[in-house]
Amino acid sequence: MIFKENILITLVIFMVLSLFKNSYAAEDMTNYLMTGDSINTPLDGLTGKPERGQALFRNQNKGNCLACHQLSILKDAFHGTIGPSLDQVSQRLTEAQIRLRITDMKQVNPYSIMPGFYRSPKKINRISPLYENSTILTSQEVEDIVSYLMSLKPNSFAEQQ
Amino acid sequence: MITLRAFRYSFLNLVFLFTLFPSTPLRAELISGYEFLSNQAKDMQNDDFQNPGYLMIEKGLEVYNTRGENEKSCNHCHGNNGEKFTPKSIAQFPKFHNLLQAPVTLRDQIQFCWDKRLDNFPLLYDDTDLLALETMIRNKAYGEKVNVDTSGEMQPYYEAGKKFYFTRFGQMDMNCSQCHDVYTGRMLRGQKLSQGQTNGFPLFRLESQKMVNLPQRLRECFHSLRAQTFEQDSNEFRNLEIYLNARGNGLKIETPAIRY
Repeated sequence: MIFKENILITLVIFMVLSLFKNSYAAEDMTNYLMTGDSINTPLDGLTGKPERGQALFRNQNKGNCLACHQLSILKDAFHGTIGPSLDQVSQRLTEAQIRLRITDMKQVNPYSIMPGFYRSPKKINRISPLYENSTILTSQEVEDIVSYLMSLKPNSFAEQQ
Repeated sequence: MITLRAFRYSFLNLVFLFTLFPSTPLRAELISGYEFLSNQAKDMQNDDFQNPGYLMIEKGLEVYNTRGENEKSCNHCHGNNGEKFTPKSIAQFPKFHNLLQAPVTLRDQIQFCWDKRLDNFPLLYDDTDLLALETMIRNKAYGEKVNVDTSGEMQPYYEAGKKFYFTRFGQMDMNCSQCHDVYTGRMLRGQKLSQGQTNGFPLFRLESQKMVNLPQRLRECFHSLRAQTFEQDSNEFRNLEIYLNARGNGLKIETPAIRY
């Protein structure tokens, strides 16, 4: 009888431990290969959807890109002026370059104010307990925003011409 | 021709220095947070009846006049309604306390008096009585220029605060300087970034609709940086307050101010 209970207890302990392992998975998630100033392969081999990307781009708890950048296609009330305008960003940068800039801008410019949206939580100083072992965006969400920015055609520019 | 060459070399030197030390940007002049307010908010600050800070001052005067455990009140030393306060002395906080052998903020000094002179049980650091007293006393130095000493015994604390100011925190991974030195005047969504001067504290925040002192405001900053905060009476925040107040040396005290 005691023997059976012991087995049960060990099982429960293993289950709890496996739960912990899942919550620590974020550390392993931020594995990507950086070549030059770009990440050539999609994060975790995922493909993004531009529609989801636009929603994340405007969401104040997710991308919140408009806090610092301007994008004249979006008719939201206030656009920030800290970062450069993202109009025709796909003409200036390749998809791979945009991917690194969203993932961790500090790899390109260590003094940049831009947060690393997929920066390893290990590199963060005093992260809040609420956001422990997490990144601002998941790899899927980064891919969504990359695909949204790449889908922006220079149509507003073409209309003016 | 020679002068032109000399000019070019001096300019290059400057560029070289800025690439070496990008964390020490050139700050042209001190601008109070008042200049970044809308006209409506400016009017609100200037009007004693609209400014909610004056309610806090009235509450502060009530606390000032209530007697402590030893039947004395603040006016025993500082006179009726704080007549004997010297604005110059108030503007020097945080300063070195010879008895405690440590730097003290105005709040620490109030706590010291509360404990030692009135024999009261110490106030909690987020107690509104403490906030009200600080607002009322700081208001006595309205218009006086901030003048924090950073030499001698204060220097190590000032340097620690400066180091803190340039340290990046939280998931947003930013330091104070990036918003309040480098990108001052730019728009963060609908809000213009100010220099982050502290001459208006304690102040009324329009965003949270309540009076806050500096550590409470810093805790809100840490929350938006998604960083683990420090306690209100922690040494880290005290050092930072020394650096921030000294950074605004020369600005006029505006307590109680209105800010976003």
